[in-house]
Amino acid sequence: MSQMHDSTGTAGATVRLPGTWSIGLRRVRIELLQFARDREAAFFTMLLPVLLLIVFGSAFTGNVAPGIPFSQYFLAGMLASGIVYTSFQNLAISIPQERDDGTLKRLQGTPMPKASYFVGKVGLVLVIYVVQVVVMMAVGVTLFDVHLPSEPADWWTFTWVSVLGLLCCTLLGVAFSSVPRSGRGASALVSPIVLVLQFTSGVFFQYDELPSWMQQMAALFPLKWLCQGMRSVFLPDSFQRQELAGSWELGRTALVLTLWSVAALVLALRYFRFRRRDDT
Amino acid sequence: MLVHVTLADSAVSVHGLRKSYGERTAVAGVDLDIPRGEVFALLGPNGAGKTTTVEILEGYRSRDAGEVSVLGVDPSAATPQWRARVGIVLQSVTDLSELTVTETVRHFAGYYPRPRDPDEGLATVGLTGSATQRTRPLSGGQRRRLDVALGILGRPELLFLDEPTTGFDPAARRQFWDLVENLAGEGTTILLTTHYLEEAERLADRVAVIAAGAIIEVATPAELGGRQHAEATVSWTDPDGGARRSVRTAEPTRTVTELAASLGGEVPDLSVSRPTLEDVYLEMVGLQG
Repeated sequence: MSQMHDSTGTAGATVRLPGTWSIGLRRVRIELLQFARDREAAFFTMLLPVLLLIVFGSAFTGNVAPGIPFSQYFLAGMLASGIVYTSFQNLAISIPQERDDGTLKRLQGTPMPKASYFVGKVGLVLVIYVVQVVVMMAVGVTLFDVHLPSEPADWWTFTWVSVLGLLCCTLLGVAFSSVPRSGRGASALVSPIVLVLQFTSGVFFQYDELPSWMQQMAALFPLKWLCQGMRSVFLPDSFQRQELAGSWELGRTALVLTLWSVAALVLALRYFRFRRRDDT
Repeated sequence: MLVHVTLADSAVSVHGLRKSYGERTAVAGVDLDIPRGEVFALLGPNGAGKTTTVEILEGYRSRDAGEVSVLGVDPSAATPQWRARVGIVLQSVTDLSELTVTETVRHFAGYYPRPRDPDEGLATVGLTGSATQRTRPLSGGQRRRLDVALGILGRPELLFLDEPTTGFDPAARRQFWDLVENLAGEGTTILLTTHYLEEAERLADRVAVIAAGAIIEVATPAELGGRQHAEATVSWTDPDGGARRSVRTAEPTRTVTELAASLGGEVPDLSVSRPTLEDVYLEMVGLQG
């Protein structure tokens, strides 16, 4: 390699470029606009969870414990799933598609700082999560008589579990986006992973009734801990007796999500690519 | 810094550029020098190394060897500052399909320190009439104009056009050529790759022919392959019997004068032609292949 880059920017150094945050906020807007107009993404990320909530909530009308209807348990699981849908599933599918259709190549050819692209993605994830939470809670309350927590402490737990979960699953989605070979293959790869985790982590079935090998496997992944964190918000404290550890284990939830976040950050920094593997 | 003094008037300067993909050599020692303000066309068959060369200059690909300077900067160390001075029009991208034309140009204008007015950019490429349309249903030619509008939004000093008119109908191609000529008239240096020899002839100040990863010749379109000195072909229809006759000659004027004298006036169906750029080009790349 020649050694000319010591002079990088000498010719243009006097020109002030728009900042990372200002371009990042423009990206949030454009990401939201594109998401809202992309019917497939809107369906999988926004409508499907609500449909699942309605179907499962109507089909299973029993109690998970005396006085606690399944719908109360299921809403907690679906809100945890919502974190995974809006961040991990959304990004692990849409980034490979953007790698295929030229979005990332075009952006790479502009003066946009790469960090601005991720600011846009984080903004997108936050906004659609908030909308999804509001819709799911509204459906839960109006159709299934779900009780929302009244304690500020519960809402605080809800907030930090959401934020830490979104951070963790966003990083995982960015890291995982380098795995699918093509945009078309991405959803076939990502959706089954999410589905299997939902079945084993206590979303569709009651976690304490699963076989123990399944419980142990699920406990390695974030979704089980997100579900448990959400149960601590939406179920009465008396339900703690039915948890495997006999408590909500909020400290351990925070620890597992943090460890996954760090691992995903390392993987994303190491493996994230703006270009397809066959295009370098 | 000494290197840059010698390159001060070069938009692009390449020496000994090499790039292999595993066993396959894509670029085998390319040298190029493109002065500022020039329209330069890179011609060559598929797989000759055109796109690899251009993508190295655009900062998209790494290289194995050679010195590369684009606007005085090594593109392998591309910074946003440098990116703001370079415009890139890529081949066949299908992104942004859910946005309208106006939304797209307004968004991308925000990336640059002193962008063109987005509406003016659309007018420049003749897309004002489609401003409120989504990009998905745009025709191939309109889509390409949008790509060019995005490429010139930042008022680039150097514009890369990679096979810009592939799939255009003849009218759209001619409009596109006018657009490129206008940009060149504003002083933008343009590096164009194309499969259309007519396009290179119309637009380029100089053309380079690349085959099997190496530059065969760099010349003006009129001079490529010794074209200006090539023998001309004089053809006419024989008045006795109507047979088509033709001779190759280095002195077509003398041939025509003699013909006119011998036929006693008007020569039926007279034509005088020299090899086209395409003839010369095909001969050059054919020799390599």
